[in-house]
Amino acid sequence: MKISCKEASCICDKSQYKEASLWDIIKLRFHLLYCKVCRSYSKKNGELTSLCDRAGLTMLSEDDKKKMKRELEEKL
Amino acid sequence: MAKHKLQPDNWVDLYADYLFNYAVSRVSDAEIAKDLVQETFFAGLNSAKNFKGDAAERTWLVSILKRKVIDHYRKINSKKGKAEVRINYNSDSEVEGDWLEEQVADPFSKDGDHLIENEELGSAIQDCIKKLPQKQALVFKLKTIQGMSTEDICNELDINPSNLWVMIHRARTSLMGCLNENWF
Repeated sequence: MKISCKEASCICDKSQYKEASLWDIIKLRFHLLYCKVCRSYSKKNGELTSLCDRAGLTMLSEDDKKKMKRELEEKL
Repeated sequence: MAKHKLQPDNWVDLYADYLFNYAVSRVSDAEIAKDLVQETFFAGLNSAKNFKGDAAERTWLVSILKRKVIDHYRKINSKKGKAEVRINYNSDSEVEGDWLEEQVADPFSKDGDHLIENEELGSAIQDCIKKLPQKQALVFKLKTIQGMSTEDICNELDINPSNLWVMIHRARTSLMGCLNENWF
């Protein structure tokens, strides 16, 4: 049941992408009960996720960028 | 102050995502936004000799992109009839109220403010991502922005999952620190 802070932060990261198993999350929750450092990391991590969601970030795919570069180089 | 110089070779790497975000939030169509960014780069090349070096490269490119966005709306509006403002009296009664008064935008709506705030947030995040080591930035972007699965990223970049999570962890920690001052 007990996990290290390193494991806890890893589970916390995974859970930001919904890739932590239920059992992992239970272990994380238990860890957070007594570990203040991880509690604050976990809180900030969640905030970062919601900031990223709110910003509605988009990006170009690598293929698109390569194409752009090629076309730009032709004009140089 | 040192004069700014243009370096078109690096434009795509440095500014493509930033400009693309900017364009997408204004034209709401990824394909059109992509074209606008590319046109901006071309226009930038063509008028590079007019660049006086007063502004930063990115600011200069954004100002070109702004013109491109305006031109885009001019073009789609110039087709006959499109420029008219049409008011639909709702025949489908999904929205309550047919009266014009009920269709006016809510003056207390915070949508506009949110839009601006989110845009600033977006560029703050982009700036912070730019400060990360290249591979970390790539992994973070693929995972968070493109929402790619762990497996796909690992295959594409030839790394193993625990590698990936270490990079994600480092990226997230640096981003928290970088955004800390303004956004938490």
